Amino acid sequence: MLLANLPALQVVIPLVSAPLCLLLRNPRHAWAWATLVSTMVLAVAVMLAQRVYAEGTISYAIGAWATPWGIEYRIDMAGALMILVIAAIGAVIMPYARRSIRHEIARKHITLFYTCYLLCLTGLLGIVVTGDAFNLFVFLEISSLSSYVLISLGSTRRALTAAFQYLVMGTIGATFILIGVGLLYMMTGTLNMTDLAERLPAVTDTRTIRVAFAFVTVGVSIKLALFPLHIWLPNAYTFAPSVVSAFMAATATKAGMYVLLRFFFTVFGNQFSFTAMHAGEILMLLAVAAILVASLVSVFENNVKRMLAYSSVAQIGYTILGISLASTAGVTAGMIHMVNHALIKGALFLALGCVFLRLGSVTLKDMHGLARHMPWTMAAFVAGGLSLIGMPLTAGFISKWYLVSAVLAAGYWPLAVLVLVSSLLALIYIWRVVEAAYFNAPDAAMHKVKEAPASMLIPAWLLIGVNFYVGIDASLIVSMAQQAADALIGAALQ
Amino acid sequence: MEHFIDIVLLGLLMITGFAIVRMRSLLAVAMLTSIYSLLSASLFMVLDAVDVALTEAAIGAGISTILMLATIALTTDREKAPRHTPLLPLVVVFTTGAALIYGTLDMPHYGDPDAPVHRRMAAAYLHDTPEEIGVPNVVTSVLASYRGYDTLGEVTVIFTAGIGVLALLGYRTRRRNIQSPAIKKLVVLRVIAKLFLPLILLFALYILFHGDYGPGGGFQAGVIFATGFILYALAFGLGNAQRLIPQRLLHVLAAAGVLIYAAVGIEGMLLGGKFLEYRVLADDPVTGQHLGIMLIELGVGITVAAVMLIIYFGFVSRQHSGDS
Amino acid sequence: MSNLLGHYNYWIVIILMMTGFYTVIARPNLIKKVIGLFIFQTSVFILFISMAKIEGGSAPIIAEGISVYSNPLPHVLILTAIVVSLATTALGLALVVRIREAYGTTNEDEIHVQDEQD
Repeated sequence: MLLANLPALQVVIPLVSAPLCLLLRNPRHAWAWATLVSTMVLAVAVMLAQRVYAEGTISYAIGAWATPWGIEYRIDMAGALMILVIAAIGAVIMPYARRSIRHEIARKHITLFYTCYLLCLTGLLGIVVTGDAFNLFVFLEISSLSSYVLISLGSTRRALTAAFQYLVMGTIGATFILIGVGLLYMMTGTLNMTDLAERLPAVTDTRTIRVAFAFVTVGVSIKLALFPLHIWLPNAYTFAPSVVSAFMAATATKAGMYVLLRFFFTVFGNQFSFTAMHAGEILMLLAVAAILVASLVSVFENNVKRMLAYSSVAQIGYTILGISLASTAGVTAGMIHMVNHALIKGALFLALGCVFLRLGSVTLKDMHGLARHMPWTMAAFVAGGLSLIGMPLTAGFISKWYLVSAVLAAGYWPLAVLVLVSSLLALIYIWRVVEAAYFNAPDAAMHKVKEAPASMLIPAWLLIGVNFYVGIDASLIVSMAQQAADALIGAALQ
Repeated sequence: MEHFIDIVLLGLLMITGFAIVRMRSLLAVAMLTSIYSLLSASLFMVLDAVDVALTEAAIGAGISTILMLATIALTTDREKAPRHTPLLPLVVVFTTGAALIYGTLDMPHYGDPDAPVHRRMAAAYLHDTPEEIGVPNVVTSVLASYRGYDTLGEVTVIFTAGIGVLALLGYRTRRRNIQSPAIKKLVVLRVIAKLFLPLILLFALYILFHGDYGPGGGFQAGVIFATGFILYALAFGLGNAQRLIPQRLLHVLAAAGVLIYAAVGIEGMLLGGKFLEYRVLADDPVTGQHLGIMLIELGVGITVAAVMLIIYFGFVSRQHSGDS
Repeated sequence: MSNLLGHYNYWIVIILMMTGFYTVIARPNLIKKVIGLFIFQTSVFILFISMAKIEGGSAPIIAEGISVYSNPLPHVLILTAIVVSLATTALGLALVVRIREAYGTTNEDEIHVQDEQD
C-alpha cells in the first residue's frame, strides 16, 4: 500500500503534519516534528526518484477517477529531480533552524513558523508533482501564501513591507496564471496537462491561445523573478529570517522555473512556444539583462544578504538562458544549474545565517576581521563563493561548463563571453566579502565573537561537501538532468 | 429579460468599479467593495452559478468587508494623493486590457452551447454524476469527489491564512469585556442578536448538509456559522465572545477540519484504493461516495468556521489592545 | 449583432479587471492596493463564470424536466479561487495593520521615505 501510493504521500505527509504542528505547544517539539517530517519527505522523494529513474514516468490518479475527469499526479524525470532538490534542502535546513530560529524569531511565533514552513514545503512539492493545471495553481498559492508569512517573520519592520510587496506582485502573477489557464480551458475544454498537450495543436492558431501563453508566461516570470519582474526578490531575501532566505533561494524560484518548463514544453509544446511565439528570443534577451544588471548591482552592495539576493537574480538568468536555447543541451544545462544553484545559494545563505547569529548584522563593515573568530563559517562562505564564481572542482564550474557548451553549440558565442564576464563580476563581489573578513582589521567588539554552533555549521558544510562532490563527479546529476530534458523536449515532439 | 438584467448588472459594476478607484474616503471604498461583491453575486445568479453566488456573497460581501472595515478602524480612513504620475501604470493596464480583448476575439460566443469547453468534461460530469455519485448538485460532486483534491488544497489555503493572521496579529484574550458604550445602549441589537444566533447556526448546518441537493457546501456553511459568532461578538462584546470560544479550541478545530479531510483520503488508501477514493469506503460505491462527501464537507466547514473566527478575533482584539 | 453581443459581456468584464489592476499598481495607499487586488480577482471570476453559461441553460443541479445545464467545472474552479482570494485579502490586510503600527502610515510613498532614512 505504501509503495503504490508514494506519489500522493509525497504531498500528503507534509500537508497532514502542518495542522498537527499547530497543536504542539512547546517550540522545541515543533522543531523536532518539522525535522522528522522533512526527513520522511526526503525518504519518499528518494524512493520516488529511484522509481522514475528505473521505470520512467509515474502516473497516479487521485480519487481513482480516470484522467482527465480527476486530478492526476504525473512525475517524470524533471519532476523527480525537483522533488529531490526541494526535499533535500528542506531536510538539511531543519537541523540548522533550531538555533537560527530561536535567535531570530520571538518564542511565541516559533510553532507558527514551523507550521508555515511545513505548509510551504507542501505547496512546493504539490507544484512539481501535479499533472493538472488548476491543481498547480492551488498549490502555487499554498506555497506563496506561506512564503509571505515566513518572510514577514523577519526581525525588522522592513520584513513586513517586503512581505507585502511580494504579496501584491505574487498575487498579480498568480491571477495572470489563472487567466491563462482559464483561456486554455475555454479553448480546449480540459485542465489536465497531457490532455491539453494533445488538444492544443488543433487550436494554437487562435489569438486566444497566444494571449493565454502570454499571460501564463508573465505570471510565471513574476514567480521566478525573471528580470524585470524580479523587484520583490531582493527585499524578500534580505529581510526574511536567515533560514527562510536559504530555503526560498534554494527552492521557491526553482519551482517557478519548473512551472515554466512544464508549460513551455509539455503543455504548449516546443514548436508553438519557441517558433510561433518567439519565447526563446525574448527569454534570452531578458536572461542577458538579468545576468548583467544583477551582477553589476551585486558588486556595489554593502549588505551581503542583499548582494546574494541580486546574485540569485543573475543566477536565475543563467538558467533561463539555458532554457531559452530550447535545445536538449540548453535545457540540460538549465536543469543542472537549477540543482547546483540550490546547493550553492543554500550553503551561502546558511553561512550568512551563522554570521547573523553571532554578529547581529550582515553588512560588510561589520564583518571586518571576522575570519579569525569564525574560521569555519567564513571558509564555508569562501567555498560557496568559489562555486558561485565557477572555479573548477565545484558544482558551479559544472553548470557553467554545460551552459557555455550549449550556448556555443547553438552558435551564440557572444553569450559565452557574457557568461565569463559575469563570472568575473561574481569574483569581484565575493572578493569584497573575503577582503572584509580576512584582510581588514577588526573592531574592538569583534573579540567577543565566537564561532557558530555545530548544529548550524554541519548543514552548511554538508551542502558545501555536496558542491565539491558534484564538482568532481557530476555524472549522476548530469544523467538525471539529461533524462529530464529528454522527457520534456521529447514529449513535446510526440 | 435575462440579457437585460445582465447588462444592467454589468453597468452597475462598472460604475462601482470606477468609483472605487477615484474615491478618497476608504470607508466609502470598503462599502463600495461590498456592493461590488453583492452585484457580482447577483450576476453569478443570472449566469446560473448558484453555488458561486452563495460563496461570493458570504465571503466577498460578508467576511472581506468586515476585515476591510477592521483594518480601516486600525489605520487611517483617508487616502493621500499619489506622488508619481500614473503614466506607467496606465500604459501597463492598457496593454494588458488590449491583449485580453484581442484574445477574446477568437473565443466562442457568450452562451454558445457548442463551445468545446462544454463538450469534453462537463458533459461527462453531468451525465455520470447521477449513477456514479448519486448527488443532484453536480458542482458538489465535482468539487467534493472528482476534483476533491483541489478542495483539500483549498482547505489548506484557508488554514494557511489562519496561521498567517495568527502569526501577524496574534490573538489577545480580553479579561474585561470591552464594548463601545454606544453599542451597549442598543437594546434592539442585543435582542435581535440573541434571537438570530441559533437561527444562523441552524441555517449554516442546513447549508452544510443540503449542499448535495442545492447550492451550499462546507465553505459557505463554515462562513455563515462564523458569522453567527461574529454577530454575537458585535452585540455582546469581544470578551464575552472569546470566553464562549477559547483560543485553544479554535486552534484545535482549525487543525481538526483539515485532518478529517486528509483522514478520509488516507482511509481510502488503507482500504486498498487510491488517496481520496470514496468508492472503497462502504460496500456500495455510491454509498461510499455519499459518506466521503459528507465527511469532507464536515471537515471543510469546521476548519473554515474556526479560521474565520481566528481571523476576526485577530483583527478586532488588536484594536482593543491599542486602547490604554 | 450577435457577434457584438457575443463578446460584449467579456469586454465589459475585462474593463472591470483592468480597473482593479490599475488600482493595485497606481494607488499608493496599501489598503487601496489590497482592495484593487480583490476587485481584479473578482472580475476574473466573472470572466470565468461567463464562459460557463449556456444560453437557455439552468444551474447544474440535476432535476426533472431540465435538459440543458450550464457548465459546472468553472463553478468549481471559481469556488476555489474565491477562497484563495479571501486568504490573500486577509493576509494582505493583516500586513497592512502591522505596517501601520511599525511605520505610522499606510502610504507607500511615505514608507519609502522612511526606509531610505534607515
